[in-house]
Amino acid sequence: MAKRKTTRMALTGNEAMAFAMKQINPDVVAAYPITPATQIVELFSKYVADGEVDTEFVPVESEHSAMSACVGASAAGARVMTGTASQGLALMHEILYIASALRLPITMCVVNRTLSAPINIHCDHSDTMGSRDAGWIQIYTENVQEAYASTIVGVKTAEKANLPVMVTTDGFVLSHSMESLDVFDDQDVREFLGQRKPLYNVLDVDNPITVGPLDLQDYFFEHKRGQIEAIFEAKKHIYDAHREFAEFFGIELPVFMEPYRLDDAEYAIVVLGSSAGTGKEVIDNLRDEKGMKVGLLRLRIFRPFPYEELQQVLGKVKYLAVMDRADSLNTMGGPVATEIARALYHLSERPIIHSFVYGLGGRDVPPENFYEVIEKMQWIAAGNTPDRMVTYVGVRE
Amino acid sequence: MAQKAKTLRDLARMKRALAPGHRACAGCPFPVIVKLVMSATDYPLVVANATGCMEVTTTIFPYTAWPVNWIHNAFENAAATISGVEAAYKALKRKGKIPADKEIKFVAFGGDGGTYDIGLQALSGALERGHNFLYILYNNEGYMNTGIQRSSATPKYASTTTSPAGKVIPGKLQWRKEITDIIIAHNPAYAAQASPAFWSDLIRKVQKALEADGPSFINVISPCQPGWNYPPDLSIELTKLAVETKYWPLYEYKNGGWKVNYKPRKPIPIIEFLKPQRRYKHILNRPELIEEIQQEIERRWERLLKLEEAFPLKE
Repeated sequence: MAKRKTTRMALTGNEAMAFAMKQINPDVVAAYPITPATQIVELFSKYVADGEVDTEFVPVESEHSAMSACVGASAAGARVMTGTASQGLALMHEILYIASALRLPITMCVVNRTLSAPINIHCDHSDTMGSRDAGWIQIYTENVQEAYASTIVGVKTAEKANLPVMVTTDGFVLSHSMESLDVFDDQDVREFLGQRKPLYNVLDVDNPITVGPLDLQDYFFEHKRGQIEAIFEAKKHIYDAHREFAEFFGIELPVFMEPYRLDDAEYAIVVLGSSAGTGKEVIDNLRDEKGMKVGLLRLRIFRPFPYEELQQVLGKVKYLAVMDRADSLNTMGGPVATEIARALYHLSERPIIHSFVYGLGGRDVPPENFYEVIEKMQWIAAGNTPDRMVTYVGVRE
Repeated sequence: MAQKAKTLRDLARMKRALAPGHRACAGCPFPVIVKLVMSATDYPLVVANATGCMEVTTTIFPYTAWPVNWIHNAFENAAATISGVEAAYKALKRKGKIPADKEIKFVAFGGDGGTYDIGLQALSGALERGHNFLYILYNNEGYMNTGIQRSSATPKYASTTTSPAGKVIPGKLQWRKEITDIIIAHNPAYAAQASPAFWSDLIRKVQKALEADGPSFINVISPCQPGWNYPPDLSIELTKLAVETKYWPLYEYKNGGWKVNYKPRKPIPIIEFLKPQRRYKHILNRPELIEEIQQEIERRWERLLKLEEAFPLKE
């Protein structure tokens, strides 16, 4: 593995993502500012103004138009990126489905922020969880280093799978926190990604195509089935992109998940994003000081859902706490818990699962949240049955 | 670069048209409009189409009536979609991925629903950003694809399924808004109103629009046979009457100036335009309402003449 040269920098999550975008030098960026993702758009426009990229920057009048222009540009064969958060992602919602169904690789940096109402600018995952069925690959990152690297590998993944990719950071927790990280050389990033080679494009005027036609009862299902199959196949492309990344840069990223001290764990926590860092510390304390067999699984890629991988690592756990930073408003808790329960249901050996919802609207996530979760699971292990399938952590009830 | 069409025979020979077999209604004039637009130029075209009659009737999978590259994204975003295509073209050309001498033109088609109403913001944004594209509004004055509902292009007193003529209310109660004025407020490179009955005027306007450096817009009247409810052989006749009654002035805007392209010597009273259309059936015996429409037409016509006089178009 040839380790490429890296440079140590101190960057916030937004700066790191914008820096990765500069190195990627996409053909088109169409974006609209929104807290807490605004800086990504600001910094990128500065790169454009300073001639550090030769991207065509389209400062659209809304996120709906941002995603619409991304669809047009990607259908034209361009390498396309954008960034947004929360209400902006919600406003794009209609077009997210069109981007994926037209099999257009678009890489979008999403800074997770809750959805209104009440209006709030801080982190939870309700925005991207709200678009979980839009046919996008979703990568949730734990820290700024990973956000940077995932933005680069996200482009590779999108273009291999011919599917759009969201790379997310937790709003403010990562987007506005400065971290020291290793960045690659511009040239290496560009060499790693190479040129996008689209199968078809609407600028190929000698071979005209019709994109987005009306598709009725006689063909729609077959075409939708094809898109669904592309999601199945995306797993392979995701592994390939990450393997190539590791081979090229000499740095290995966790792919679908990162198990932490999980091998012999009786109790385990599943969590996404930046909270995993706090969770790991709690796991260390419980293991090293109290001798508890506890572990953690950070789910990095939520779409496509890695059910086989999860079956392998979670099947032997006895008590599984799934922590969601979003609620499905369905009386069963968060979407990750629901899907993990489905993934493990058919195993002969499977854990007792309980859903925990935490950190909504940017509520701080201290270690106490994790201790509370483990205590609740011990209470369940002692033979108690919770009244509900979900427990809310860190909230005044 | 442009094809020459001086006579109807020339026009009939123009090859770039929608393929036969599309499902537009009998008498629908938009295939004529599309043919005139595509025939006005030899440039390679990329077309973006808003959801609507044109999109659904010309691209029922596995068929397509389009001989040029065509993309449909959604209802309200044809202008944003073509922005993206045009941005990609600029970027790929700059990066040498498209030959520097390869000239492509970008055209968006939208109905009045996708233009006056749900797509107005996306269009405004694209105009303000100055993308190089031509937006053709085929204006049938209502949401015809979903079954004839009112839009803000629907004229006063027209009956639609959501502004029905009833025992108390005589159809739509509001005047349509002047979309071409709204577009002109963006100071585009070129804007115009046109009618397929005046086909050589329409072709000339498309050519001017495509040669203009920046965004351009043409509002083309496109009667809807089921929506306006008239015999299908009258479509082009109606687009002629619309102009002769001054209901649909032919004019253009460029460099801050206006030009009225056609001034009927003997304007026809509006009743002649309204009479064949059953959407106005309920007011044909209400002369005061017809007079109100006539007055409004005169007001708008006078305003246009004053604009032309005060700010004559300079090429």
